[in-house]
Amino acid sequence: MTIRRAGEHGLLVETGTTAVAHRLDALLRAERPREVEEIVPGQETVLVVAPGADHDRLAARLVTLLDAASAPPAGRYEEAAEVVEIPVVYDGADLQAVAELTGLTAREVAERHAASEFVAGWLGFAPGFAYLVGLDPRLHVPRLETPRTSVPPGSVAIAGPYSAVYPSASPGGWRLLGRTDLRVWDVAADPPARLAPGTRVRFVP
Amino acid sequence: MIEVVSPGPYASVQDLGRSGYAHLGVPRSGAADAPSMRLANRLVGNPEAAAGIELTFGGALLRFAAGAWIALAGAPCPVDADGRPAGMCAPIWIPAGGTLRVGSPREGLRTYLAVRGGIGVAPVLGSRSTDSLSGLGPPPLSPGTLLPVGDAPVTAIQVDVAVQRPIPPCAAVRVVLGPRTDWFTPGALKSLGAEPYEVASESNRVGVRLRGAPLERAREGELPSEGMALGAIQVPPDGRPIVFLADHPPTGGYPVIGVVAARDVAVVAQLRPGDRLWFKPAGSPWTTGSPAGL
Repeated sequence: MTIRRAGEHGLLVETGTTAVAHRLDALLRAERPREVEEIVPGQETVLVVAPGADHDRLAARLVTLLDAASAPPAGRYEEAAEVVEIPVVYDGADLQAVAELTGLTAREVAERHAASEFVAGWLGFAPGFAYLVGLDPRLHVPRLETPRTSVPPGSVAIAGPYSAVYPSASPGGWRLLGRTDLRVWDVAADPPARLAPGTRVRFVP
Repeated sequence: MIEVVSPGPYASVQDLGRSGYAHLGVPRSGAADAPSMRLANRLVGNPEAAAGIELTFGGALLRFAAGAWIALAGAPCPVDADGRPAGMCAPIWIPAGGTLRVGSPREGLRTYLAVRGGIGVAPVLGSRSTDSLSGLGPPPLSPGTLLPVGDAPVTAIQVDVAVQRPIPPCAAVRVVLGPRTDWFTPGALKSLGAEPYEVASESNRVGVRLRGAPLERAREGELPSEGMALGAIQVPPDGRPIVFLADHPPTGGYPVIGVVAARDVAVVAQLRPGDRLWFKPAGSPWTTGSPAGL
């Protein structure tokens, strides 16, 4: 595990796994060292942006926190993490195509998606767009060859090893399995995103 | 109230951006050349974080319903203040009903207009900035847009004119190598520092796309998505670098060979299509940059 420089203000901590990235993120947020502006978990990293900080001292602190994050009591953090249940109607435009690609029936696709235990890995693409990891391997399918120009908000979709809920209307190349009424993004709410990194997610038909 | 009669090629409301939300997928946004926005604000007695207007290639015409102190900084443009010629980097009084006409910049790309009291549009997640990537904040200015003048706490106007940093069409830009320098061949590192890159026309507030020697990767495959820093030099598979500006995505999957030094991000933000830039090491040797202080 390494800490890499990301410019004058940033340190990129390699965590090896998403779970350790989430634990380090939680420890850092609880402690919130002065001058830390952004803590950004990635798939196997945490970017810490801290303008004006003494980076040698910050790096030393990060090493200590990373040690703690790498050796937690088994399962404790994950069990403590919040579970968000997302009600979903499986009537997506690509449900049948996913069934054909996977050799399952549409009903089986929906059942396997709802049975998957997801964790919000990291966010990107759009505000509130969480890459949900933990998709049943039988449902790993490629993106659409031609992305849609507009996907409605609340669309529940999959691509590769990930699932997601589109937080707002946007173009998109993921395959649509269904839709939810739960708002995962609301600028008037605090926090504005329902699915922060580390949040556990279950889809409920 | 300020009426936008014509916004020029592209104009938006900007302050210093919405920080603290990158982990929720929210770009920081804010003035691309933040030091110029801060300077314009100081000149009219505003807090540096007050919202102003970022003009791209100048060319704007505004009408002020009430009298207002304003100042312009950044790319230098001819200025007509209600029929009288006026200068950059100086407080200017626009009388009630008066107009402000900003011409095209002689050099540089982005000109910042501060109004005493700030632009008073509603903040979103703590910022009034237009985020061109995600659409957060007010829409870009268009003919007929009405902008309220805000009530930011102001201090006395103390300076008649300020000297602004030069805005050259060719710039040397300091780079801190990493975090993914090891994804590139030694030849790519040499190329990065050897020849100037030319700014491509597809550049915008998200990033400055560069034409020049493609940077060759030392390894195949995809980088797991990771947090991106302001000024990151991201290299897509075609090898042509992109320097991330204010509206950059907070996470990404292409390797970052180096990050432009904080003070030089504003320099990059002022380059126009066709301008050139050289990358040079921020510290002494090109090849440091892996573990920080370890």
